[in-house]
Amino acid sequence: MNKKKRWKRYLPLYLMLLPGGIYLIINNYMPMAGIVVAFKKYNYRKGIFGSDWNGLKNFAFLFKTKDAWTITRNTICYNLVFIALGTLAAVTVAILLSEIRAERAKKTYQTLILLPFLVSIVVVSYIVYGFLSTEFGYVNHVLQNLGTDKISWYSDPTWWPLILVLVNLWKNIGYNCVLYYATLMGIDSSYYEAAVVDGAGRWQRIRYITLPSLAPTIIILTLMAVSKIFYSDFGLFYQVPMNSGPLIDVTNTIDTYVYRGLMENSNIGMSAAAGVYQSLVGFVLVVAANWIVRKKDSQSALF
Amino acid sequence: MVESKKTFQIWANIVMVFLCAFCILPLVFLFSSSITQEHALIRNGYSFIPSQIDFSAYRYILLDSTQVIRGYGLSALVTVVGTVANLTLTTLFAYPISRKDLPGRNIIAFFLFFTMLFNGGLVPSYIMWTQTFHIKNTLWALIVPNLLMSAFNVIMMRTYLTGNIPEEVIDAAKIDGAGESRILVRIILPMSKPILSTLALLVGLGYWNDWMNGLYYINKDKLYSIQVLLNRMLLDTQFLMSSASQGMSIDTSQLPSTGIKMAIAVMGILPVLVVYPFLQKYLVKGIAIGAVKG
Repeated sequence: MNKKKRWKRYLPLYLMLLPGGIYLIINNYMPMAGIVVAFKKYNYRKGIFGSDWNGLKNFAFLFKTKDAWTITRNTICYNLVFIALGTLAAVTVAILLSEIRAERAKKTYQTLILLPFLVSIVVVSYIVYGFLSTEFGYVNHVLQNLGTDKISWYSDPTWWPLILVLVNLWKNIGYNCVLYYATLMGIDSSYYEAAVVDGAGRWQRIRYITLPSLAPTIIILTLMAVSKIFYSDFGLFYQVPMNSGPLIDVTNTIDTYVYRGLMENSNIGMSAAAGVYQSLVGFVLVVAANWIVRKKDSQSALF
Repeated sequence: MVESKKTFQIWANIVMVFLCAFCILPLVFLFSSSITQEHALIRNGYSFIPSQIDFSAYRYILLDSTQVIRGYGLSALVTVVGTVANLTLTTLFAYPISRKDLPGRNIIAFFLFFTMLFNGGLVPSYIMWTQTFHIKNTLWALIVPNLLMSAFNVIMMRTYLTGNIPEEVIDAAKIDGAGESRILVRIILPMSKPILSTLALLVGLGYWNDWMNGLYYINKDKLYSIQVLLNRMLLDTQFLMSSASQGMSIDTSQLPSTGIKMAIAVMGILPVLVVYPFLQKYLVKGIAIGAVKG
């Protein structure tokens, strides 16, 4: 078949790719080119490409501030805690769920623990507000009944690391659990039958069959999560603490910093620099994580 | 032995019941706060059990507040249009790259895939959408940026297509003289119903719950979807409260009152909770395939 004919035959398929391709160029590739704004002194009237270059000045300013350290620390530390606790909780619950025999109950549990995953983070912040509001909050009323002083939750950073960890755990436990539960369902049941014949108890079965079968999934999902360690859930860190100034030291992450720089302080240069910092480190991490996954189990690698 | 098995089952169930309580009680709390009588709320605060049941917050929302109803309608519109458009783009992209015979398939797949590895970030995107495409305060802003197509979903669908549609089926259709678009509509679409329902659910949930596009690009209250409205109400009362604490007097009757706030939040999740039990199967499946291989 000659080249022209071949091209013609596939033309309809290429045409199908067109709308999505155009969207990716606009939504994803054009902003990638727009990254140059981090190396410029952005001027609204001149636009991204017309503005004057100022080299690495935006980055120099960014890394001279205390903020650069704070947002990096917060983003990484919260993520590490989320990953560790989230994985531990999800694996435990998935195993427990798989051991429960009453089918009806099992289904119900699965349905209920996935509910928080469906709730938008805005609504989550209303729930948190219901608990923590200084005047009407549930927690303060309980404290009052116990004879303790009210706490002005939205201006006292002490408890926020714990609150954010708890909210994140609540919201994502069902989702993470489904991930591990799916793997558990895939384990060949003849292993368990053989183990029972050999006289293995429940804990031995979990220890020697279930956990080793889960290990690859745990490793892969953890690596994927680590590769996103430079990204944070904007809603969780901006909306749930209601953008409260006094809390900023424990709630500021790279994503909230970029947003505030862009929309609230019109500090576009530094905001863009922080964004590039995030994208670049994120890129290195995802490529590295994938490289490790590929070495362990090439089937599961992203690319 | 039998005894210990039984004890284990009991304990396992107890733990799960506690966990489920941990998961749903905050939602019960939200609902209960929304049906508590206003004065009881001001006196006793939000609580798990309404001290005085009163649905007037809902009556107010349904009868007197065009803002909430409009937001509801807008959210529904955006969710339907967005989901249909998203699935169309996703299918149109996933099918050709699932075809092993397509020349340049790997390059195209990489072009798609690279968007998952690297991104320009918020600043360039924001400048582009507002300065080049002028979507600020238009309906487009709620539908197009970031939500219209995701590489992740396309890859999920491609994986499904390569795994579930035998090449012979496509070859047979070609021999019968069917063109590519006919193959897509007559063969591929009916065969991909399971993956399409799963994706529709995830994408629809994404649109209904989205508030970030509204935060970035909308500041006209006529264009507030329900989530955007909720977001503005939360931060604005906070703003009013902080200025009140600085000694300014404000008319509190103008504020969205304590109970109505929670009632609107309930309205914000209600449709999701209503359809969830029927679609739970697809959602679980979607999460599971997404994890095993994007």
